[in-house]
Amino acid sequence: MTGRARVFGDDVNTDYIITSRRKRESIDPQYLRGYLFEELDPAFAASVKPQDLIVAGKNFGCGSAMEVAVTALVGAGIRAVLARSFSRTYYRNAVNNGLLPVVCETRGIREGDRLTIADGRVLNDTTGEIVPAEPSPQVMLEIIEAGGLVGYMLRRHRS
Amino acid sequence: MPGETISEKILSAKSGRDARAGDVVICRVDCAMGTDGSVPMALDYFAAMGGKRVFAPEQVVFALDHYAGDGPTAELHRRVRDFAAAHGIRVWEVGEGIGHQLILEQGLAKPGDLVLGADSHAVTYGAVNAFATGIGSSDLAAILVSGEIWLRVPESIRVTLTGKIPPGVGAKDAALVLARELGADGATYQALEFAGVELPLDDRIVLANMSVEMGAKNGIFPAGVKPDPDARYVREIHVALNSLTPQVALPHHVDNVAPVGEAAGTPIQMVYLGTCTGGRVSDYHEALRVLQAGGGPAAGVELVVVPASRAVLDTLTADGTIAAFEGMGAKVGAPGCGSCCGTCGPIPGDGVNVISTANRNFKGRMGNGAAAIYLASPASCAAAAVRGAIVDPREWNR
Repeated sequence: MTGRARVFGDDVNTDYIITSRRKRESIDPQYLRGYLFEELDPAFAASVKPQDLIVAGKNFGCGSAMEVAVTALVGAGIRAVLARSFSRTYYRNAVNNGLLPVVCETRGIREGDRLTIADGRVLNDTTGEIVPAEPSPQVMLEIIEAGGLVGYMLRRHRS
Repeated sequence: MPGETISEKILSAKSGRDARAGDVVICRVDCAMGTDGSVPMALDYFAAMGGKRVFAPEQVVFALDHYAGDGPTAELHRRVRDFAAAHGIRVWEVGEGIGHQLILEQGLAKPGDLVLGADSHAVTYGAVNAFATGIGSSDLAAILVSGEIWLRVPESIRVTLTGKIPPGVGAKDAALVLARELGADGATYQALEFAGVELPLDDRIVLANMSVEMGAKNGIFPAGVKPDPDARYVREIHVALNSLTPQVALPHHVDNVAPVGEAAGTPIQMVYLGTCTGGRVSDYHEALRVLQAGGGPAAGVELVVVPASRAVLDTLTADGTIAAFEGMGAKVGAPGCGSCCGTCGPIPGDGVNVISTANRNFKGRMGNGAAAIYLASPASCAAAAVRGAIVDPREWNR
């Protein structure tokens, strides 16, 4: 997976990803994607492109467990988030929706860097830096492989 | 093998195997709660998963607590009610209160139970010795389909409480001290297991409720299920309650905590008393004590009271507390989540400083990014109302 880094800081809570107020208006990801990160970067929603990769510091997705904080990103075509750590609810919700959460050192990544995620590591094509990604628990790999929890549940209940 | 923590014991019982920190286990769920904020999406996932019938509808409850049911939220409520009626699921209606409070009031979380809530503050039920944590809508849907959930067994941090909380100080101050000590991610993927002196239920609720603000998977107190003496902990923290002082979380981070004196003089225009953290009977009694001792709120302070449940409101109405608040010009709102996450109730205006008994002070949390939110105990919030500025509530100790 290759994409352009869109960089945020530490402790980006779910209300910063998408506010509870917007969620009150609609839970449609195609509506919500228009308000992504509006408190942190009002220009983000207009500039986000499919294949962009979200890069953050520690504790990404802290706060509320609301799943629109994942589906709004997926709705914008984002396939992975790289962070030094995730809140556990965000990590779970991401996996369940096929958004790949990558735990790795992100401090060397700058806005706009071109990143490739492959074979358990992250290659920064812009700087040449390579950082390892933390392995995920087996059950999460199975859910990701099924494309999310819906695919996983369908597979499990069929067998 | 070393002994087990409380979390290991409960997850062993619910998975039918020896569940140790780091293991991933599939557990039978005793109770699952969803809110109007999370159930509508869960219904979409349920349908996509091919869900036909709900595994154990008597163990599921939906709380209409986040939204008033007006505008676009009327349709969300209709979907929740229709699904619940079709599947025999209990619904707590608008105005009955916050789901977390109702789970505790109605005894749906018991010692040793595994309770999941599709809301991050489901950790609250650890106050009654349940293993309780927050999940998203997709995991709730999977529970509706299967009655099960997979969980990674958390390592535990033991938090030993000693001494007695002094007058004018509250459990909220202990929670804020812990937030400063651990940081907003200091307990991520881990359990906070409380030990030491026995606290009243309302105080245990505050500490369990706030555990998620340190990233914890759950915060749990001992009761029927106790840890083995040789259980293993990844970290030990001691909190001497007798030397606690009033604290305040400054904008816009829950772990940006300072002694209240360091923020003294900060002007306050809105005081919010409520939420799943600070909206119970004892919270309002403490706030009213300070307000009455101080002669009521200062001019220009908007005082908002939103009890955590109908039962709390009824108790406060019967004992005259609500009349006393209204006599001081307070706005009393219908029980529920209220303004805490900006989804209903009064929204602070631009440039307004709010002090609240809530659990989160993220920018925009109460619906306006141009307002600043301070978090404190009921006594400190009441004191700020009296002064029109942040002040040490112990000034009004008897």
